[in-house]
Formats: sequence, structure tokens, C-alpha cells
Amino acid sequence: MTEQYVDGNALAGPLRELFAVDMTAADGRCVSCGLDAPVAALLVYDHGPGLVARCPNCSGVVLRLVRSPQAAWLDLRGVECLRIPMPPEGRVIV
Amino acid sequence: MARAAVPGGLSPRLAWRVGRLVEIRDETPTARTLVLEVAGWPGHLAGQHVDVRLTAQDGYQASRSYSLAAPQDGERVEMTVQRVPDGEVSPYLVQTYRIGDPVEVRGPVGGWFVWRPTDTAPVLLVAGGSGIVPLMAMVRARRAACSRVPFRLICSARAPDDLFYADELRRRVRDDAGLDVAYVWTRQAPPQWPGPPRRISVADVNTHGWPSDLAPVCYVCGPTGFVEAVADILVALGHDPRRIRTERFGPTGG
Amino acid sequence: MGIVTPGFQGRRRTTQPALPPGQYLVEDFPVLSAGPTPRVDLDHWEFVIATETGAEHRWTWPQLMALPSEDPTVDIHCVTRWSKLGTTWRGVSLDTLLADVETTADYALVRSYGGYTTNLPLADLRDGQAWIAYRFDGADLAPEHGGPARMIVPHLYFWKSAKWVRGMRLLREDEPGFWETAGYHDYGDPWREQRYQGD
Repeated sequence: MTEQYVDGNALAGPLRELFAVDMTAADGRCVSCGLDAPVAALLVYDHGPGLVARCPNCSGVVLRLVRSPQAAWLDLRGVECLRIPMPPEGRVIV
Repeated sequence: MARAAVPGGLSPRLAWRVGRLVEIRDETPTARTLVLEVAGWPGHLAGQHVDVRLTAQDGYQASRSYSLAAPQDGERVEMTVQRVPDGEVSPYLVQTYRIGDPVEVRGPVGGWFVWRPTDTAPVLLVAGGSGIVPLMAMVRARRAACSRVPFRLICSARAPDDLFYADELRRRVRDDAGLDVAYVWTRQAPPQWPGPPRRISVADVNTHGWPSDLAPVCYVCGPTGFVEAVADILVALGHDPRRIRTERFGPTGG
Repeated sequence: MGIVTPGFQGRRRTTQPALPPGQYLVEDFPVLSAGPTPRVDLDHWEFVIATETGAEHRWTWPQLMALPSEDPTVDIHCVTRWSKLGTTWRGVSLDTLLADVETTADYALVRSYGGYTTNLPLADLRDGQAWIAYRFDGADLAPEHGGPARMIVPHLYFWKSAKWVRGMRLLREDEPGFWETAGYHDYGDPWREQRYQGD
């Protein structure tokens, strides 16, 4: 059967609830295998108690997000650093 | 574009807004386009999506993500919803949802699977089934911006009756210079179609796409298996994986 | 509460005594997954219990099959709010596996092929409350449902019933597993709605 994952694009809404900018266009490096890839290219397992984003190369866990009524738990254990595109200062983005 | 400027150039916190249904267009027997008017809509880019939240009388809520089908148009947003059998939300939106009724909308979201009218690289769009929705937004945004960027679209659909936007695609190809559209039929081809129905192949992408040395940006959208197959084909044809942008629908609960 | 959308009802909610609070009934068997489905070769499959002193007890697949089996019929409750009643399984009781294991540990951290973990009090695995199941509904357990073998601990939320189980460590101190380190409850009693930490 088809594996139950979608693209990192699916993280756009849930992460945008936490961050002021879009995080799916951010580039990150996988802690397990060193792959550089945008968050949008992660494989997201969204049929479960939370969201689990895995590296498309080594399938290591990069990110986990659980949203309860009272809190969000965000685990970024699998990413070394994120390069987040930002609008030039003073500009307004949509 | 945006109205609510925040110091530092950041957009305001993502909030649920009320959208009201103002127009319905049937696309296929099981899919329809919903045009919502969302007060305070900040604008969006082709390829972005929204979260839609429905609340029942007793407070029960369900939300789903939908790609936007059209480029920015004031406070109007369009999405095309395919009815998923036994789904919880899509049967309501396709069959029951009425003009004037409210839903909550949050977005736009997604900054990767987008096309901007300022982009200059040639574009290949590959759509599987309802995966055509965000790609149609790009085709329409190209026209709205009078862009000359060469676009090629490959549409895979089960049968002619299942193809979204069929009439408009014919008009676009006729009127929009630099746009080509090719079709792949997986279950039932139209009369006079050369060859039997079949799945998309290397030959389709090779013939109707761009050579990799033109460094096109490739957008692939559809069910997970379709996107997987097309992405593999593109890599095998020499396209840089970083220029292949994918949007998998996955097996959603509808 | 959001703006009510007229005519929207959503999934049918029922209140019946067999269902814990906040749950709805399903007839199908949803597949929940935090990662790719591991393909486990039965020739290399093993189940290992490691005690707090480092002692290890191992069973190969033929050894597991040779143990006395039970056929429990149980209700299962997923924290994502679906419940399925009267599911039928075949497997080996944890009582059988723990019978010769000397331990004074209070907790277990269950481990799966594919890297998943979940924690439970060891007492909740004893006294006919838990099984290593390898058949569901009269057929070999399908890989997407945790085959070749999964844990079944039906009195706790179903994420405690680890799929693709490969062993467990017995611990003196509780050690949170995959979902428990991301906000889910360490115990997870569906009747007390222990979904998240602090519930």
C-alpha cells in the first residue's frame, strides 16, 4: 500500500501558527545524513497523534509537532540549522 | 498588497478569518469550485494553500487544507474541491455548502510551492488528478501578469469527464502565447485519441516537458504515488532535484 | 468556538457506554503511522527483554510461535479519537514472556523495528492485560497494522500498543518514548482522557 506521507508543504499552516514567517521555504541540514533540503521537501507523516517530518534521503526524524488544546510541542532534533528567507527590512510581505 | 504592516516587515500572526461563499462552478460531476469572499484577505501567491475550518452546531470542528485555484483577486479566493467518498468535509463542501454561508479560512500558507510573476525560468507543470488546482493558479497568474515565461503543462486525468477546467485550458492554449498543454488519460481516453489509456511515462515527460539543460523549474502536484513517479522520471531525465518542487496530496480523510 | 457553518455536521458523534469520553466509533481500522512501514524478515525477527541489570531474554520467531497463544477480543481506543470495539487477536501473553524474567523494575520502554518507542508501567503488561499479537481478525497481522508482531495493551490509548515490536527495556525510572517526549501522556488511560502531559 502507499505510504502515508505528504510533503513538507503540509507543515506550512501548523508552523505558521507558531512562527511569524513561512518556514517551509527554509533550508535545513539533516543531522543524520547531512542532506541540505527545504522544509517543504521533507516527508511528513500526518496520520497519527502528531506530525512527523522525516528526511527524504535517510528517513531520519527531522521534526515533530504535536498540538494540544493548550500547547504546541515542537521538536527540531533532526535539523542542524535553518536558513530562513526573510523579507528585506522595512518591507511588508503577504 | 498587505495592509497590516508590522514593524520589522513581518506579517501579522496567522488568524482565522470568516469567508462567505459567493460563487459556485461545477467542474466535474464530483468536484466544484468554491469562490469565497474573505474580509481582510491579505493576498496570496499562486501555489499557496489555505486551511478551511468548519464548525458544527454543537461546537465540533474539522479542518482541511486546500490549494488556491486562482491568483490574487482582492478579497476573493477560489478553491476546487474533489468529493472524497466517505469523506467528512469534502462531501459537505461539494454537495451541501450554500451561497452566503460562512466558513473559517486561515492563510495563505506555503512559500516553497509557489510561482511568482517575477520568476523568469521556464516552467514545467505536471498535474495528477485534482493536483491541477495549484498549477492552474500558476497558469492563471501568468496570464494575469501578462508574463512571457514559457509554460508547459502535462495533465494526467482518469478520463475527460474527470478533468478540471477543461474549457478554460483549451482557451488558454489558444490565447496565451508560450503555454502548451499535453494530456495523459489513465482509464478512458477521448475518441480518436492515439493509443490506449495508460499511466504517465518517461516518454510523456521527455516529449512534453523541457530539456534539463534549460534549467526549468518543475512543479509536480497530485496523489503521493503519482508525484513519486513523476519526480523519479524528472531526476532520471537529468533535472536538478532542487528545481523539482512537489506537492503530494497523500491519502487524505477528505 | 468558531463560526457555525450551517448544515455541517461532521463525523457522527455518539455517546455510548462502551466508548471512553471524546471517542467516536469506527468500523474500519485506520492506519496511523509515524514513519515508513518496516519490512521485517521472520528469519531475523527477534523479541528481546533486557532487564535493569542487563540480563537479556530472547525469542526468535519459531520460539514465539511455539509458546502458548491466546485469542483476546478487546476494544481499542486511539488518541486521535477513534475507537473500534470487539477486535479479535491471537498472540502470546506478556505474562508468558515475563514468567522467567527476574526483575524489580517498575517501568518498561517498548522498542520497535523502525525506531519507535513507548513507555508503560511494567504492572500494566502483567495479569492478562497485554499481548504480543501476530494475528488479527483471523489472518496474519498486516505490515501496516504492525506485522509481523505488535504489542496489544488495550486498556491504554493505542499508541502504547507498539507496532513492529522488537523488544523492551525494563527500567527503574520511567523514560518517555516517542510520543511521550512530544507532549503525550506517560500513562494514557482513555477513560480518564489522559491524552497530553498534564491531563
